[in-house]
Amino acid sequence: MIKEFIQGLSITAKHLLPGNSTTVEYPKVKLEASERFRGLHRLVPAHNREKCVACYLCPTVCPAKCITVEAGEDENGVKYPTVYQIDMLRCIFCGYCVEACPVEAIEMTGEYELANYKREDFCFTKERLLK
Amino acid sequence: MPEMLSLSNDPILFVTVMLAKILAVFIVVILIVAYATYAERKIIGRMQTRLGPTMTGPLGLLQPIADGLKLFFKEDIIPAQASKFAFVLAPMMILVPAFITIAVVPFGGNVVVGGYTVPLQIADLNVGILYILAMAGLGVYGIVLAGWASNNKYSLLGGVRSAAQMISYELAAGLSIISVFMLSETLSLRGIVEAQAGGITDWYIFSQPLAFCLFVITSLAEVNRTPFDLPEAETELVSGFCTEYSSMKYALFFMAEYANMVVISAVTATLFLGGPAGPFPGAINLLLKIFFFMFVFIWIRATFPRVKYNQLMYMGWKIFLPLALLNIVITGAVVVF
Repeated sequence: MIKEFIQGLSITAKHLLPGNSTTVEYPKVKLEASERFRGLHRLVPAHNREKCVACYLCPTVCPAKCITVEAGEDENGVKYPTVYQIDMLRCIFCGYCVEACPVEAIEMTGEYELANYKREDFCFTKERLLK
Repeated sequence: MPEMLSLSNDPILFVTVMLAKILAVFIVVILIVAYATYAERKIIGRMQTRLGPTMTGPLGLLQPIADGLKLFFKEDIIPAQASKFAFVLAPMMILVPAFITIAVVPFGGNVVVGGYTVPLQIADLNVGILYILAMAGLGVYGIVLAGWASNNKYSLLGGVRSAAQMISYELAAGLSIISVFMLSETLSLRGIVEAQAGGITDWYIFSQPLAFCLFVITSLAEVNRTPFDLPEAETELVSGFCTEYSSMKYALFFMAEYANMVVISAVTATLFLGGPAGPFPGAINLLLKIFFFMFVFIWIRATFPRVKYNQLMYMGWKIFLPLALLNIVITGAVVVF
């Protein structure tokens, strides 16, 4: 019995030694997100605007129906999205939009601090997604 | 050595010196109590691979002050069905015995003040050990009163448990001390310190190792400290006797718990480790010994789960009490022959 008591005490004493704490002091220290982490979306820019060709595959595949796309044509007759919005309150971060995209115009970043004060702030427009 | 300072030869100086000693000891104990909570949270945190408080001030050092302020500004609730007088009295009943026990602990040798000898001890009672046991016994009234006055079945259970635990462990604690003053032949704590003054080998921890272990464990049970904290068992009694307490009254219970820890550390250091004897000047040795015991108590809390009620009673009556008696018999035999 005494042996077990000492064993227990030695375990806690071992943990007391510096360098054994597993806590990350979150707001001060942040862990690096994994490469495959699915965080905030990002629209990939091409030369002068986004790569997206407004093919509607992403809003079609989206299970949460959170993507709004409206197509338009520029002066060269190239299709581009006039509106591209993602409602982050509905998004489930499944990554299907990234898989569906034929031109790799959308990707997911490691950004996960998405809390905000107003509902409107969760609506990510094209400009915000291009950043 | 000049004459001992007393009320008859210089009353004004005597009162001044007395007040100074009381104030100094009180402040030191209050500070230890405040920072024991911090140390406990830090050490237990580290032992559980957490960090403990870090945000309040550098390294979280202002945490005890923040906690105190928070509790001070909380609403003070007295339940409608509670017995008001006893409810208010209980926290004081538990805190006062905890603090006044420290009065008989010597924290140094003699100093000369204004041509008189002044002992570094608040009161050198010739019944010092009896006084400690009496105050330890008084402390339980606070818990029983708190449990009863709250008019809450969990609190009452906590109070009743506390009384039962006290009776079982007070006996073993008292009996384990008996073997110490069989060797020192005095009940005065100053006398006991002087009996151990010869050097480290004269400390009673070496001649009375069994009594030392028994006293530390049973004192732990007497002050309701883990692993013997059944009166306030959070999981079964929703913190027992202090369920209904809030605000500063709750803080008083907490202060009493830590003050009790300081007191039993000081008493153990005095009885078994030669009190203020050691390599450093005077009181620092005693403080270091107190800190050592406090650390051990925190360490024990971080390691061991609470004992069951039947285990508690079994240990008290069937292990510690017979061992304490056996220790007395052996000590008596050695002293006589």
